[in-house]
Amino acid sequence: MDFNDTPEEAAFRETVRTWMQDNAPHDLHDKLEADRAEWTEEERLREAKAWQLKKQRAGWACMQWPKEYGGRGATPMERVIWGQEEGVYAQLSGMFLIGQGMCGPTMMGYASEEHKRRYLPPLASGEEIWSQMFSEPGAGSDLAGLQTRAERDGDTWIINGQKIWTSGAHYSDYAILLTRTDPKALKHKGLTMFFLDLKSPGVEIRPIKQITGESHFNEVYFTDVRIPEAQRLGEPGEGWRVALTTLMNERLAIGGGATTGFEELWDFVSTAEGEDGPVLQDRAVRSKVADFAVTASGLKYTSYRLLSAVSRGDMPGPEASIGKLVAAVTTQDIAEFALELQEMGGILMAPDTAAVNAKFQNMRLRAPGMRIAGGTDEILRNIIAERVLGLPGDVRLDTKVPFDEIPKGKV
Amino acid sequence: MNFEFSADQKLLGDQARKFLADNCASTEVRKILEGSDAYHHDLWHGIAELGWLGTAIPEAYGGLGAGYLELCVLAEELGRALAPVPFSSSIYLAAEALLLAGTEDQKQRWLPRLASGEAIGTFAIAESSGGASLKSVHASVSDGRLTGLKLPVPDGDSADLAVVAALPGDKQSAALYLVGLDAPGVSRSPIDAIDPTRSQAQVVFDGTPVEPLGDETAGESFVSQLYDRAAILFAFEQLGGAQRVLEMGRDYALERYAFGRPIGAFQAIKHTLADMYVSEELARSNCYYGAWALSTNGADLPQAAATARVSATQAYQHCAKSNIQVHGGMGYTWEFDCHLYYRRSQLLALVLGSVERWKDLLVSRLETASAA
Repeated sequence: MDFNDTPEEAAFRETVRTWMQDNAPHDLHDKLEADRAEWTEEERLREAKAWQLKKQRAGWACMQWPKEYGGRGATPMERVIWGQEEGVYAQLSGMFLIGQGMCGPTMMGYASEEHKRRYLPPLASGEEIWSQMFSEPGAGSDLAGLQTRAERDGDTWIINGQKIWTSGAHYSDYAILLTRTDPKALKHKGLTMFFLDLKSPGVEIRPIKQITGESHFNEVYFTDVRIPEAQRLGEPGEGWRVALTTLMNERLAIGGGATTGFEELWDFVSTAEGEDGPVLQDRAVRSKVADFAVTASGLKYTSYRLLSAVSRGDMPGPEASIGKLVAAVTTQDIAEFALELQEMGGILMAPDTAAVNAKFQNMRLRAPGMRIAGGTDEILRNIIAERVLGLPGDVRLDTKVPFDEIPKGKV
Repeated sequence: MNFEFSADQKLLGDQARKFLADNCASTEVRKILEGSDAYHHDLWHGIAELGWLGTAIPEAYGGLGAGYLELCVLAEELGRALAPVPFSSSIYLAAEALLLAGTEDQKQRWLPRLASGEAIGTFAIAESSGGASLKSVHASVSDGRLTGLKLPVPDGDSADLAVVAALPGDKQSAALYLVGLDAPGVSRSPIDAIDPTRSQAQVVFDGTPVEPLGDETAGESFVSQLYDRAAILFAFEQLGGAQRVLEMGRDYALERYAFGRPIGAFQAIKHTLADMYVSEELARSNCYYGAWALSTNGADLPQAAATARVSATQAYQHCAKSNIQVHGGMGYTWEFDCHLYYRRSQLLALVLGSVERWKDLLVSRLETASAA
């Protein structure tokens, strides 16, 4: 056990620090510290792409990827050190997270060598953005119930159907797509994965307006979209296994760096004044703050322990589900608590009148999405119970009959 | 950076778990629960022979000088096994107090005996109000003689040595004193407590001769440091207990059937167990941070200690309660072991003061860190 840097790690950190001092977009620092609502998506995308390209050219993007695909071949600890030193600028990478964290590893595992060399480097550099098309109106937690059809026609596949909750599809260039190729097969046996160019004819992307008023997600409609056979990832019928690769990496992409909003809460309560003086003098406030501090600290060191395991060569297992589960619900609780402290002022939402630029109002509105995206709280608890603790699965009515005989309900 | 115990430390933990499985099964714990002995003498001798008591005591004072990471590993196993011995009183509290504040002579006199298990030590602070801080102390020392009542004193009926908090002369803030409990003017009696597998006593001092332990004006600082160090070691005991009840709940959910299925197939039970797992793992991570701070005596020790204390207390309390719920009616019987952990989790939640007290401390320490 050694929570400090080894000499090699310290030297690496120094290299990162120097590079960051010379190259980070310091003019964006304050804007990034403030709330993201101040940014238009176009502005954010432009700055994000510029920063990503700069990082990639210097070897600081997709650090765990092999060099020939645009990465650095770095160790897990080097990634952590980079993350700590990149600090607030890491927010600029949000738009690339799904592509680099999930689509990239899937391509790495199943695409042809030619495709890997073509698609992975621009994905790493942010010149091309990818999204993931899995969920459907009738298939969320029960993802394998998806119905988007892919039918073979010579050396192409014809896609018809609808995806939903597709993050960033409206600014993405490519996507990985999970489809049903054999409705007569068992539910998990009739799926096939592809990747496609989102400029393909027949792809229609419609943003979904969320609780927050923003549109990070989309509905994506497919009407006779053609995908070349060469863009199939894994064998026909093996799509579920390929998807599990993606989802395992999702745990690292989303779960690994999970934040709770505690730092923001601490900054707020450290200076906030109530009618009886500083709020932090109130014993009840201190008690709640301590609860959040302990949770945030536990999450941080849990992710570090996971890294030590990965450094030893272990695969990230279902244990990593803790990160997202706890981070999402804690973020929601923290936002609610911070608004409580603002009393009637918490009602305000305009950045110039609401406390700290309506940071906690925005956090409060974003939080329900966090508890659903990438596995609901309930699904994550099932994963922990079944895959970590070894408890039996639920009784299922959908595993022994062909997919097209399973009741579907109304969508 | 490496956030795990070493292979050697894990091996030590495995060996300790095996030893305790062989020598501290729940049938043995129940001998203390239901019998009249204050602690399990055979187990105590076995632990002493293995050298565990001297794990973090320097070789110069008869210990092994192995270190605090090793002591944390052992604490987790002792907590897991509900070891009914005065390990925590003697080692986390008395020996640590001597190491923190003792003169060379005091350390030479007592530490070798604590390290060998020949003597048992304890820390006496609470009085009848039960307060765990120096603010509640009324016992006083004048002309080197101590008068007052201490209640509860962990292992107070079997200890040979007590570190006692008392007011020096007419001073307002308490200091620490070293008291041999065979001295004149000491009367003590065991007293019923929520966890009978760990004995508690009332100790009355009536003009008992004592010697100061450390600077009499620095009591506050000594107690604060002592509590921080002990909090991390107790947190590992809590962690071991939390892990054990999680396993008990899981095992029971697999073997108990209702409605034609193991109850562990029902999501209500699954989610209960998943939440236990989450709280145990978060506490484990906080405990590891505490272990590191303790072993390096780092500047972040106070913050790490409060974090580990709050986290492990909440996790053990949560898991011990939920375990009974998973067991249903059987969990409420004397026969099942659930209540042994339920009792122990409540005891450990209070030994160094309430979780609310520690939360308040944690925020103070975050404030200090922010101001730095």
